[in-house]
Amino acid sequence: MPEFTLRAFADQLVNGLVIGNIYALIAIGLALIFGVANLINFAHGSVYMIGAYVGWVCVTGLGWSLGPTFIVVAVVCGVLGVLIERFGLRRLQSEARIAPLLATIGISFALDQLVQLIFSPNPQSFPSPLPATRVMLGGVSIGALDALIAAITITIAAALFAFLRFTRLGWALRATAQDREAAQQMGVDVNAINALAFAVASVLGGIGGVMIGMYFTSVYPTMSYGAMVKGFAANLLGGLGSVPGAVIGGLLLGLIETFGVALFGSTYRNLFTFVILIGVLVLRPTGLFGAQRAMPPEPLTGTFVANSKPVRIPWFVAIGGLVAAALLPFISSNPYLLQIFTNAWLFAMLALSITLVTGTAGQMSLGQAGFLAIGGYASALLAMRLGWPLELSLLAGAAIAAALGTLLMWPVFRLRNQYVALATLGIGEVINQIILNWEGLTNGVLGLSNIPPLSLFGLPIVETAPIYWFALAMLVVAALFQWRLTQSHLGRTWRAMREDEVAARAFGVSLHRYKALAFIAGGLIAGLSGAFTAHMYSYINNETFAATTSILGLTMVILGGMGNMSGAVVGAIALTALPELFRPLADARYLLYGVVLLLLVRFRPQGLLGTV
Amino acid sequence: MALLEVRGLRREFGGVVAVDGVDLTVEAGETVSVIGPNGAGKTTLFNLITGLDKPDGGQVLLDGRPITGLPPEELAALGIARTFQHGRVFGNLSVLDNVLIGAHTRQAAHRLRAPVLGMMAELALALIQPPAWREERRRLREEAREVLALFGDRLLPRADQPAYSLSYANRRRTEIARALALRPRLLLLDEPTAGMNPTETAEVLEFIRALKGRGLTILLIEHKLSLVMQLSDRVIVMDDGRKIAEGAPQSVRDDPKVIEAYLGHKRQVGDARDAQPAGEDDRRAGRPQARPASVS
Ligand SMILES: Nc1ncnc2c1ncn2[C@@H]1O[C@H](COP(=O)(O)OP(=O)(O)O)[C@@H](O)[C@H]1O
Ligand SMILES: [Mg+2]
Repeated sequence: MPEFTLRAFADQLVNGLVIGNIYALIAIGLALIFGVANLINFAHGSVYMIGAYVGWVCVTGLGWSLGPTFIVVAVVCGVLGVLIERFGLRRLQSEARIAPLLATIGISFALDQLVQLIFSPNPQSFPSPLPATRVMLGGVSIGALDALIAAITITIAAALFAFLRFTRLGWALRATAQDREAAQQMGVDVNAINALAFAVASVLGGIGGVMIGMYFTSVYPTMSYGAMVKGFAANLLGGLGSVPGAVIGGLLLGLIETFGVALFGSTYRNLFTFVILIGVLVLRPTGLFGAQRAMPPEPLTGTFVANSKPVRIPWFVAIGGLVAAALLPFISSNPYLLQIFTNAWLFAMLALSITLVTGTAGQMSLGQAGFLAIGGYASALLAMRLGWPLELSLLAGAAIAAALGTLLMWPVFRLRNQYVALATLGIGEVINQIILNWEGLTNGVLGLSNIPPLSLFGLPIVETAPIYWFALAMLVVAALFQWRLTQSHLGRTWRAMREDEVAARAFGVSLHRYKALAFIAGGLIAGLSGAFTAHMYSYINNETFAATTSILGLTMVILGGMGNMSGAVVGAIALTALPELFRPLADARYLLYGVVLLLLVRFRPQGLLGTV
Repeated sequence: MALLEVRGLRREFGGVVAVDGVDLTVEAGETVSVIGPNGAGKTTLFNLITGLDKPDGGQVLLDGRPITGLPPEELAALGIARTFQHGRVFGNLSVLDNVLIGAHTRQAAHRLRAPVLGMMAELALALIQPPAWREERRRLREEAREVLALFGDRLLPRADQPAYSLSYANRRRTEIARALALRPRLLLLDEPTAGMNPTETAEVLEFIRALKGRGLTILLIEHKLSLVMQLSDRVIVMDDGRKIAEGAPQSVRDDPKVIEAYLGHKRQVGDARDAQPAGEDDRRAGRPQARPASVS
């Protein structure tokens, strides 16, 4: 641990405030959009990242100075924000509550991948064009960039405040945020206000992106994800939707994080964010400075999922499909094809678990990969450290994933709709961070290697075809398990809870209990998939089951139809196999996922086979 | 002892006192109506009795036992069932499944109350489906169909259709059917005829009369006064959160305070926005939102 002098303290204070300023900029944007459109905008981080890249192109590529750079960034990001609102979201206002949220996820996938395709996934060096001199101010060293960041943020905050307080447009914006219908009746064009909120938010996000790029002297496509989560955390800390709250939340988060890193080391940086995110959600969902009112009331109407009549797959088609799948190794001995489909079956198990939790029980989970990770690590460690036979360690891995994962998800049970998405994302990330930091158990970033291979009754299973059959068999068992449950009273109760929590409670459905049951059942299936993956690869680390895996699984589920088990399998095959079979798609797979998500939400919200 | 007793119940929203020191009793087998202009606090009163909202003061007793502030799921298990003013059927569930949710508290699974072990047992039993469970399942389905049959051929032929595909009136009927499947000791109906035409209203009237004939205890919110007059043993009138009159239907109707309350509000009917947070269901179904505030 570094020595902590007063001088170091002051330096950290400056660092924390500077970073906090940028978090505040991102958080203000999210707050504006949440306030006006009642939407958690998952694409906000991507806009920020694009702002950073535009700034990098201008400064490093074209050699521009900062003035014109900021103007171009503001214009590009502002236009991008308006486009997102106009073409991605506006038509979805009357759709099921989940639709716009999913659309923003799709947009962020697509934008991130586009940038990756254009500029490569590697970080680009982004040196600040400002002089490196630092001035001493009362014993504190302040660099030119620090001063610039502070000046820009304060100017923007003041301008925004004046705009919201003193202009007609700002008044209309606040009126819309307070009561959309009333504003509309008073003649406010709420669609234009929506677009305005997205434009302003995107400008702020983009400028924040440029500044963080210079501050850390690099830009990279995946910076969007971290920024988005930081923005959410800051926002929640100050009270979701509150602009002053976002500023204070951003500064606080910057300080907590900087001092945390100084005290415990940089691998803990993100852990703080996520712990704050969850702590606030659990203890004070209205934020530290939010009104003591309960969470914003959800409108009485609008179900979670779209109304639809599911396509019933006749039993002989299902059996036929299964037989064909089982015969595949005889039809083609191409090991590559078998590996792809083995992967598809493992993903299908993840999709089954998500379709149960999110589709059937209505708990929008963006953290389901956490169950994969727990299952994988638990089974691997039991086999490696305690020498358990594989059959036992697989099952124990699944059981531990279900138990531990559900326990960690417990805070989510009090929350609703968008908050669930946000909290599960955070909890999935906490699981990841714990794995990263608990080195004694998990070996940290190095991961676990030499995990015992798959075997059955002592016979090792290492050939491609037997592994394929093993995975397929597990999928079948998982599907039968889930089918049995969803056909019982549990399925009915889960779906009722999804449709209307208030009405379900009024008829005696205890929400916590049935949410827990959904996470346990889904966790068993996901845990088994993760455990199998660990032994199949014989190596895992914290990135094997990254957060994007959860969202990918969710995309499969939406493609097939929420709560629809055959849909989950079809979705998994489509999104795992297609990009592999058409090689050019493989490099752009997240673009594909994002576009698929967007088109589905817009044109076929019930998915290919319909909601069950 | 009264089946339901409410003492000095109070609920504030910000500055608005939605329910202001209301007392009422309902004897077993009675039908009591709560009337009053929009925004009088009737629905809030129902929410407080059924546990969906928590009172700021006062008491609710069932059989003399305090149940104030208990969560709705426990109150359902004690035999309190309700319908919602704006309709809250489970859209993607079939009509039959909607009614079966009404019977949720009567399933054997509901008796497995222990926190973790009960949950695991429920999961295991749902997986194994022992014969007793299958028998219960068959029995409850049978009963649910019987409840649907109470509505003639309105619901039974549509038992397997998703509720969202039903007509407006049929969704409201489904809601009543769901409440009946709980085998309630106390049934609360919040404007069961809202948005219905005269024929449908007359049908609901006869239906409630039949329920009453079977000895069911009913607390009814209703705007259509002719229906209230015909069904109620007693009528309670609310205005601005307070109970302003109570008594036999006839005497309440002639009470000058009641007429004043209705007339006083009638003048504002045109400009006041609906007191309810949202009337979306009505609008979506293309039904008028008219809730006639007349004493004729
Ligand atoms: N959730 C709520 N938040 C704020 N005010 C509410 C809420 N629910 C009801 N109110 C207010 O309480 C008063 C009574 O409403 P309500 O009980 O719905 O009346 P009624 O059912 O008699 O028409 C109204 O002024 C209404 O605006
Ligand atoms: Mg009402």
